[in-house]
Amino acid sequence: MAKLILSMDGLVLKEIPLGKERTTIGRKPSNDIQIDNLAVSGEHAVIVTIMNDSFLEDLGSTNGTIVNGNPVKKHFLQNNDVIELGKYKLKFLAEPGVQPATAADFEKTMVLRPSAMKAVAEQARAAAPGGGQQAAEQARAAAVQQAASAASAAGTVAKDSKAPAAAPSPAAAPAAKAPAGAAPASAAPAAASSGGAAAPAPAQPAAAPKPAQPLGAIQILSGSNAGKALELVKPLTTLGKPGVQVAVLTRRPQGYFITHVEGAKQPSVNGESIGTAPHALKDHDVIELAGVKMEFFVKG
Amino acid sequence: MNLTDALEISSCTDPGIVRSHNEDSVAADASTGLVVLADGMGGYNAGEVASGMATTVIKAEVAQILGNVEPHLVDEKTNKVFAELILREQIRKANASIYQAAQSQSQYAGMGTTLVVCLFYDNRVMVGHLGDSRLYRLRGKTLKQITRDHSLLQEQIDAGLLTPEQAKTAAHKNLVTRALGIDPGIEPELHEYSTQPDDIYLLCSDGLCDMVSDEDIALTLKALGRHLNLATQQLVQMANDNGGRDNVSVILVRILREYPAARGVVGKFFAWLK
Repeated sequence: MAKLILSMDGLVLKEIPLGKERTTIGRKPSNDIQIDNLAVSGEHAVIVTIMNDSFLEDLGSTNGTIVNGNPVKKHFLQNNDVIELGKYKLKFLAEPGVQPATAADFEKTMVLRPSAMKAVAEQARAAAPGGGQQAAEQARAAAVQQAASAASAAGTVAKDSKAPAAAPSPAAAPAAKAPAGAAPASAAPAAASSGGAAAPAPAQPAAAPKPAQPLGAIQILSGSNAGKALELVKPLTTLGKPGVQVAVLTRRPQGYFITHVEGAKQPSVNGESIGTAPHALKDHDVIELAGVKMEFFVKG
Repeated sequence: MNLTDALEISSCTDPGIVRSHNEDSVAADASTGLVVLADGMGGYNAGEVASGMATTVIKAEVAQILGNVEPHLVDEKTNKVFAELILREQIRKANASIYQAAQSQSQYAGMGTTLVVCLFYDNRVMVGHLGDSRLYRLRGKTLKQITRDHSLLQEQIDAGLLTPEQAKTAAHKNLVTRALGIDPGIEPELHEYSTQPDDIYLLCSDGLCDMVSDEDIALTLKALGRHLNLATQQLVQMANDNGGRDNVSVILVRILREYPAARGVVGKFFAWLK
């Protein structure tokens, strides 16, 4: 079970297991975690725990809730997150052995069934009557949370049949590709018989940053445009005369490649025809295309 | 009517860099003017079973029906073109088959698939889709996304909760709100568009549009649009170069010439002569 460590000025005060679905934090005695300090609002924040995932939500507190130094309204708690409430700190520790869900877990396509959405929306409406916009927003958030936790639950279900049935590696969390609404019922029997390791988790964040790579350029050596240079900034650049001879230069993480596109004759590099397959370019290679010579070089 | 010389089609499907198997399926038939792309989901191999069923069922059934029915004619009862009725019916049929398999066989429980399908006829295209597989069109220099994802993200954008900019980095990109094989009844979205010679249609799974920006897709189609095989390879390669975190599938269709349906006795006679 995940837990929180309450501390002040580096002194550990309490260890609180997150056993309930809702764990409230605030100054009033009615809270699950009572912090008797004026900087803490009566009802300050709540942690919603679904399966192995915990979500922190600020309940409109006066002084706000800070996680790892950033103010948050809603936050998906990750192992070792530090929640700050005034002078108090709450450290979130995920359940040992359970891999916390990461962005990669949610990458596989899943179905969010309208029926599931409706059920959650109704719950939210019942919980917050007349809440209008806020209720709808909560319903959405709850639906996402539910789907997300179904996803991590299904992580143990929707496994990769080709992966060896070995001990689960630390990366064995994802491979959740079960339709969210359909997961729980069908999950148990499938999980029992599968027992394989899941596909490895990609470590990158959702938006893959393009790796920095040296910029290439070509300089025309012959013909009427001799002397002109062209930086190869785009992922692909076409060169040549349409109808006569065209080649494309592609910019890839491994470097630049030239590929024949059209024309009876293929372009040549350093005097040799490149054929029809992509040809890797090296610094100072001389390309001949449609009767024009040009030099490829790597800019520093 | 045989569209083989009116449409140039190229397709490619690739597991990507990260995943060990491919749950996408593609099918194309230039003679009937049908292209289908599906991105499956579900444990074990169920994802590819679902997407494979969707593409094969739709391709085979549509080809058979088109032998007897002309898609451009209007049904008197519903006042809709047969193309729409045929696609709707066959998508429903594929849904029923997948749903039934998922219900009756435990190893397929919970499987489903997204779908995007195009039927070209009479200088038009009927587009059907479910989920987040997309259709784009390059006309002249403009790339346009034709389908609108059935996804939580798109709903959030529509509701004004997210801007398209925020959506690019949002979590939960993967939650689709409609799919084939999940419920006994489904509502495919079907629209008709007119086509023009030199249009290029791109059907793709989210493995492409999540990894490659629309600008780079447009650049590739503009540069290599006259060489569809090179363009499909280039698109898949770019998705993989950018991380290839999902299966990548691409179908490209280029309109080579006008293909009006043969009308009346004389028209049919000339069509028969061709």
